[in-house]
Amino acid sequence: MSGEQFEPDFSRREEEPLLSVRNLQTAFFTDRETIRAVDDVSFDIYRGETVGIVGESGSGKSVTARSIMGLIESPGRVLEGSSIRFKGQELTDYSDAQYREIRGSGIGMVFQDPQQSLNPVYTVGNQIREALRINRDITGQEAVEEATDLLESVGIPDAKRRLDEYPHEFSGGMRQRAVIAMMLACEPDLLIADEPTTALDVTIQAQILDLLKDIQEERDLAILFITHDMGVIADISDRVNVMYAGQIVEKASVENIFERPEHPYTRALIESIPGEHSRKEGLNTIDGEVPTPHEPADHCRFAPRCPEAFGACSEVAPVHVDVGETIEHTAACLLYPEAMTEADRVEHHRARGTTGESETERDTK
Amino acid sequence: MSKVSGRTERVAQAGETMIKVENLKKHYGGGGVFAQPSVKAVDGVNFSIKRGETLGLVGESGCGKSTLGRTLIRLEEATEGTISFDGTDVTTLTGDELKDWRRNAQMVFQDPESSLNDRMTIGEIIREPLDAHDWKDKQDRQERALDLLTAVGLREEHYYRYPHQFSGGQRQRVGIARALALEPEFIVLDEPVSALDVSVQAKIITLLEDLQEEFDLTYLFIAHDLSVVRHICDRVAVMYLGKIMEIGETEELYENAHNPYTRSLLSAIPHPDPSSSSHRITLPGTPPSPRDPPTGCQFSTRCPAKIRPEEYAHVEHEVWDAIERYREVVRERSRMSLGTFDRLKRSVGRFSAYDDIDETVADLFDDLDVPADIREHVETAAELVKDGRPEDARSHLIDEFNGVCDMQRPELHQVANGGHLSYCHRHTDEYEDVDPVITRRTRDT
Repeated sequence: MSGEQFEPDFSRREEEPLLSVRNLQTAFFTDRETIRAVDDVSFDIYRGETVGIVGESGSGKSVTARSIMGLIESPGRVLEGSSIRFKGQELTDYSDAQYREIRGSGIGMVFQDPQQSLNPVYTVGNQIREALRINRDITGQEAVEEATDLLESVGIPDAKRRLDEYPHEFSGGMRQRAVIAMMLACEPDLLIADEPTTALDVTIQAQILDLLKDIQEERDLAILFITHDMGVIADISDRVNVMYAGQIVEKASVENIFERPEHPYTRALIESIPGEHSRKEGLNTIDGEVPTPHEPADHCRFAPRCPEAFGACSEVAPVHVDVGETIEHTAACLLYPEAMTEADRVEHHRARGTTGESETERDTK
Repeated sequence: MSKVSGRTERVAQAGETMIKVENLKKHYGGGGVFAQPSVKAVDGVNFSIKRGETLGLVGESGCGKSTLGRTLIRLEEATEGTISFDGTDVTTLTGDELKDWRRNAQMVFQDPESSLNDRMTIGEIIREPLDAHDWKDKQDRQERALDLLTAVGLREEHYYRYPHQFSGGQRQRVGIARALALEPEFIVLDEPVSALDVSVQAKIITLLEDLQEEFDLTYLFIAHDLSVVRHICDRVAVMYLGKIMEIGETEELYENAHNPYTRSLLSAIPHPDPSSSSHRITLPGTPPSPRDPPTGCQFSTRCPAKIRPEEYAHVEHEVWDAIERYREVVRERSRMSLGTFDRLKRSVGRFSAYDDIDETVADLFDDLDVPADIREHVETAAELVKDGRPEDARSHLIDEFNGVCDMQRPELHQVANGGHLSYCHRHTDEYEDVDPVITRRTRDT
């Protein structure tokens, strides 16, 4: 998949995207194998919108988030040719110190397990004040006031007293709120939320989703929301990227993803969601397992499990093509563009894919 | 008594009651003079499971659903109440009889990462219950283990592999094979698919259904949300803070939930349909501590359909909401005990550690149009908190704002046919029904 087909993204909107990821490739190199956890991922996020990334475990969604935050550690690295532009700055060139600056004030991140983001031996207030001191130079009484306001703004009742409590005295949902408050202390423009509600009960999940929406509205925050739950994606996202085995297989507005899913994987994923149908209707399953991507993609990675796969699927790497009547709905699948004959379609993908392939080759050397 | 051993000999009729649980309680701690009050994990539940059916048990974390499951198969000792299996009370079994019961009732655990021993091969893991119960001879056990591998959709060559070589879904299959080894009649499935991806979940659920048919199994299926349960369960029980809030046939419960908690839980499930217009009831706060559950209905602190005392029936919804939040804050404070120094300060009237309650009051009430009488009670309570007496503040608020939901435990009312029961005061004729109240109260927020 080459980057060219995403060019129209720029022309579709007047403003510059806040975050723009192009051809992101992150691989982990061990003695035994190379794992291409993220393989040629491109997307944009604009101010005030929520972009969702949805996929099963092992699809590379968390690695995408960590790559953007510069949190990939050896033996993994972001390969050359990848581009992550935040407010016009190329992040892949940044040093550790520069990255720390960005993490402090530009991009905030909320993880699945709030317990890991909080230090158990300091009070919650201490940790929020620390964030305020380092990032915004606020100290003393002013910091206490600000920390109280922050806790109140994330819906923690009796905020002032809560500041003096330790993380273990907070419930799971409260802890996630506290982490969000800490993140807000840095006044970020972009929030990356990596499965922030997965460890929580549904009623608490509903509270946190509402909270994120309120915060977004108040602060014009852009959110990159990562989850495996199609229901949560439908609730919070404006636009959705569906990931499979390190690649984005379909991207569209949230309405289109659910009303007109075009990629066979997206369709299968939506059909296997439990709870929407009663028992008699049965439950659809996808055969097989998500593969671990070791080799550069020279074919469609979903082909072995795809009910609609045909011969060329295991030989030609699909590129993103427009699939909807509306703009910004693309899928990487050899079944499209629908108007062409099978032979033409394969040729179309092959021709557009060659540039991308050579790039991939170069990067691995 | 002998019929408890292994599979029941006689031809059991599907549909007859297999397990009957009556007034079951499981409390932890609280023994000594200085002990804190006990944790009431399961606090008086009644239900029955018919032969061959799947009963779902749903609730948030900490509601006691896992404890209930573990108590059923005697991994925990019941504090009170009976569990009868085909007429035999299993809570009192000992020795060989207990061993037989354990053989007949098995469990599949939530986390396939931690429920398998990494140092044993898959074959050893599946064979272990057979070894422990001295089942036939070695050759037979190995054959049985191989058969089980095929039964759960794994291959025979997996016998000599180790758990770390398997994916989460495959490990869960191993856990299921192990539970099936001794041909049990009853299996407790404790969140068997919660740790798995949706596409894998669907496969495990299908497998469980096939196995149920093949081996005539009866399941208790524990889950934390209602979406998975819908596919596999015949009936569902919804639990909150150690109590069953609603129980009924699955579709009936989904389409026609009566209890405010079930309705909130159902509405909180995010639907994979962005155009969905259904209104979400977002519950405030978190469940109260099971050490100090409400005197009345367990759900009263968060209930969207709570019955207000008559004199406050016309108070605006937002104001009432703020009062409920304020009560929660005061309740929280009353749980903390003061140190000696603070108590000393209190006795000479110089106590000030709680002065920040003013800020909370301001935060909660300042934007609202609060009637004068309510304002007065709120202030009185705040003064009491400032004096270092949050317990008195709590009882002041209790005296003033308590309704029937705070004071009395409701009963399980029959709300529809087919044994559909719901635990709520609103099902009595005295009060308005749940449905219009929730619609009205959530509409204006």
